[in-house]
Amino acid sequence: MSYSSVLIQFLNGLASASSLFLVAAGLSLIFGVSRIVNFAHGSLYMLGMYLAVWLSARIGFWAAVPIAALGVALLGLLIETLVLRRVYRAPELLQLLATFALVLIVRDFALWAWGPEDMLGPRAPGFAGAVQIAGVPFPQYDLLLILLGPLVFALLQLLLRKTRWGILVRAATEDREMAGALGVNQRWLFSGVFALGAALAGLGGALAIPREPASLDIDLSIISDAFVVVVVGGLGSIPGALLAALLIGEIKAFCIGLGYSKATLVVEFIVMAAVLILRPRGLLGRPQPAQRGTTGVEPPLPQPRWRVFAVLALLLALVPLAAGEYTLVLLTDILVFALFAASLHFIMGPGGLASFGHAAYFGLGAYAAALLLLRAQLPMEAALALAPLAAAAGALVIGWFCVRLSGVYHAMLTLAFAQIAWSVAFQWDTVTGGSNGMVGVWPAAWLASKAAYYLTALLLCALTVFLLWRALHAPFGYALRATRDSPLRAEAIGIDVRAQQWRAIVAAGFAAGLAGALHAFSKGSISPEALSVPRSVDALVMVLLGGVQTLSGPLWGAALFTWLEDAASRNIDYWRAALGAAILFLVLTRWRFSR
Amino acid sequence: MKYWVLVALAFCGNAFPQNVKIGELNSYKVFPAFLEPYKKGMELALAEVNAGGRIKLELVVRDDGGTPGDAVRVAEELISREKVNLLMGTFASNVGLAVSNLANQRKILFLASEPLTDKIVWESGNRYTFRLRPSTYMQTAMLVPEAARLKKKRWAIVYPNYEYGQSATASFKKLLLRAQPDVEFVAEQAPALGKIDAGAVVQALADAKPDAIFSSLFAADLQKFVREGNTRGLFRNTVVFNLLAGEPEYLDPLKDETPEGWWVTGYPWNELNTPEHRRFREAYQKRWQDYPRLGSVVGYTAVHAAAEAVRKAKSADTEKLVETLKGLEMRTPFGPIVWRAVDHQSTMGAYVGRLARRDGKGVMVNWRFADGADFLPTLEEVKGLRKE
Repeated sequence: MSYSSVLIQFLNGLASASSLFLVAAGLSLIFGVSRIVNFAHGSLYMLGMYLAVWLSARIGFWAAVPIAALGVALLGLLIETLVLRRVYRAPELLQLLATFALVLIVRDFALWAWGPEDMLGPRAPGFAGAVQIAGVPFPQYDLLLILLGPLVFALLQLLLRKTRWGILVRAATEDREMAGALGVNQRWLFSGVFALGAALAGLGGALAIPREPASLDIDLSIISDAFVVVVVGGLGSIPGALLAALLIGEIKAFCIGLGYSKATLVVEFIVMAAVLILRPRGLLGRPQPAQRGTTGVEPPLPQPRWRVFAVLALLLALVPLAAGEYTLVLLTDILVFALFAASLHFIMGPGGLASFGHAAYFGLGAYAAALLLLRAQLPMEAALALAPLAAAAGALVIGWFCVRLSGVYHAMLTLAFAQIAWSVAFQWDTVTGGSNGMVGVWPAAWLASKAAYYLTALLLCALTVFLLWRALHAPFGYALRATRDSPLRAEAIGIDVRAQQWRAIVAAGFAAGLAGALHAFSKGSISPEALSVPRSVDALVMVLLGGVQTLSGPLWGAALFTWLEDAASRNIDYWRAALGAAILFLVLTRWRFSR
Repeated sequence: MKYWVLVALAFCGNAFPQNVKIGELNSYKVFPAFLEPYKKGMELALAEVNAGGRIKLELVVRDDGGTPGDAVRVAEELISREKVNLLMGTFASNVGLAVSNLANQRKILFLASEPLTDKIVWESGNRYTFRLRPSTYMQTAMLVPEAARLKKKRWAIVYPNYEYGQSATASFKKLLLRAQPDVEFVAEQAPALGKIDAGAVVQALADAKPDAIFSSLFAADLQKFVREGNTRGLFRNTVVFNLLAGEPEYLDPLKDETPEGWWVTGYPWNELNTPEHRRFREAYQKRWQDYPRLGSVVGYTAVHAAAEAVRKAKSADTEKLVETLKGLEMRTPFGPIVWRAVDHQSTMGAYVGRLARRDGKGVMVNWRFADGADFLPTLEEVKGLRKE
């Protein structure tokens, strides 16, 4: 690289950093005050883009930008008052589920309103051309962006440091209950912060349209970037978000400049993993204040009604006598996902360790099964038996790092590892088949019929779920719940908290790996999608839908989610929105499946 | 005597319309820009076939969720609950391969209409899978003669980092080196699909000072690349070859950014005036009040291919359909095609031409038709690739 191209790549990195910062700042602000992990932040950004492109054609780009930001802010206000306000006091991560439902609804709304084609916005009038920097043409608009990022940062700092409202926001970020006790109207504060965060997302989206087209899958792609920035910077820290955006923007630009463009697939997650391992609260994050009183103490976990489940398993075993082939296919899927959800619940409910990357174990199991069968030429039965061990080995490594962190940081580190595993599967063509994956992963001849495979899956899933639940009511489970309820006291009575959590993660990894292997053999093929973020999110949704502090809830959640997806995608055009609406309804009515 | 019985049977067969059920599954929600026109094309063909009277076609359309796992479940549902006679569709290569693998296991015909991956007919090809569109290899090969003719020495390559981009790049390098051994590949950029950091990529390509660029970017990545390249002057002294960029689905969003003079594969829908295409275009516009995209042609042709196979086989039985499709000749809006017996690839072609701007819109000019049959490897090579 010549000096001029080093300079230009540096500026490129700054421009990307600025736009990353805009969207991450809003997310960080919202999390800081309301502790809501706003999955729908990327959707707000996407709406900002669509609104701005649509308005630009009518009133010009510069008028469209503020109006789009304002429009998104209003929508944010609406979302906060109509949906989120009702679930602030809800236990668990229900808010996460509510925002996930919004993602589904917003995406279908955009499809309905603006159609399927990508919409490339206009160039910004006045900033359409390029200037010569070190003899190389550089877009004027990128220079403007480089200035806008720090400007917005300065304005935010001014707002937060110098106004009364800002002081209240900071007070609530630091200690929400104390601020409430001192008479701060939390409702208005939360609404205001959410609207401001939404406005920043909308602004970020609107300012992005001269550089990239509005498209329907921008929401999930931007939200993962924004999450990474927020977590690397430290949750709730605006300066941290700026620093992290700079770091990631520059690293990406120089990866490309130096010819390592393939690394951009995963480099941000490698950065995040490295930062979290070295600094468990991000670059500038502060320890999270203890929450008082909002979630309440969990009641002791009741014994499952073993007899009911035994009868249920028996009934399920009789299904092949009466049902058609497709019912068995669908039920096999449901069983696999029920086991997957139960394994996530095992660490998330009784363990209190939320995971955004549980698909890593599912995928490891699936890939191990396929590799053992196709590359090592093992018989299918052996591959099925060994695959969960591979997933458990993966959990052994990932868990060792993750138990050092807690809360959202823990969840994000699991996500980072899952993404790294995904990129390995995606890139390593000669072994994993790359993005296409592997085909021909069929079960042995005696399991080839749908009924035989279904019964095997039923046996294995029921047995594993039984063992997981049994463990939760053994001393192992009591110790695990102790680490969740009070790490300090658990430590004091001689429980090694991290070791206990580590063991739980390995057990959960084993179970998820078995689910993955069963999945691979039921589909006959495997591809990186098995390890991807949406697969992790699905598991999370199933567990939350069923209720994280119930034992059997995740099983019902998995059944309902899989069945809804199957039925809705067949019968309804806008099935994503329908699924989102159904989830939202369940969240708002505080639906809980029986224990 | 036997002869007369056969004739009588044949007449009976013709007297009643043959009922055929097609199970179509596709990622309608994930790739709507390509697949909504595709669906319209299918429906047009369906109406035409059913108006003919000899066959009664029924289409059962399902969304495959865009993932191999969901797609396989949907295909199972089509097979065992809907009892379809054949499967059709899929878009992404990994989904196409998963469904093709299932079709082989369940012994049901699968007409893969969209997926471009070479593997679906070669390395992973099987008895029950037939593919309509010209593959990544074929479309790349269509651009190579022009690329070699320009005698450019320094080539840079940019591609989306997944199988399609990787195999387009590998094929291009191999074929260009064969045609022009002194060529040099000076830079290679592989941004993640849908996440190109266009400014940095354009700068990195410019640093390598290439004479020409081969790109397989499409959709949002292409739009970002074009805009940044225009602003930063990358295309001023560089010839660009871009796979697929002439397809209306990817060309239309470029509007007044359309880079002049790029060599592309695509579909010049408004200038293509062969009788068979004009008939198709008029029927399509009459029915939908919209112009056809490439997806429309693919959906339309796929349904007609299924109907033609049933007509010729006089049956909807899977094994008979498979045998009939091998070597089946039929007409399409792009002219006649053959479904090759050796690898089950149709010889559907594509159009190679250059991009130009007209009234703020992108169009293809100076195009020629590239017949798919001319851009396939030799039969021996193909036989070596297929593992059957």
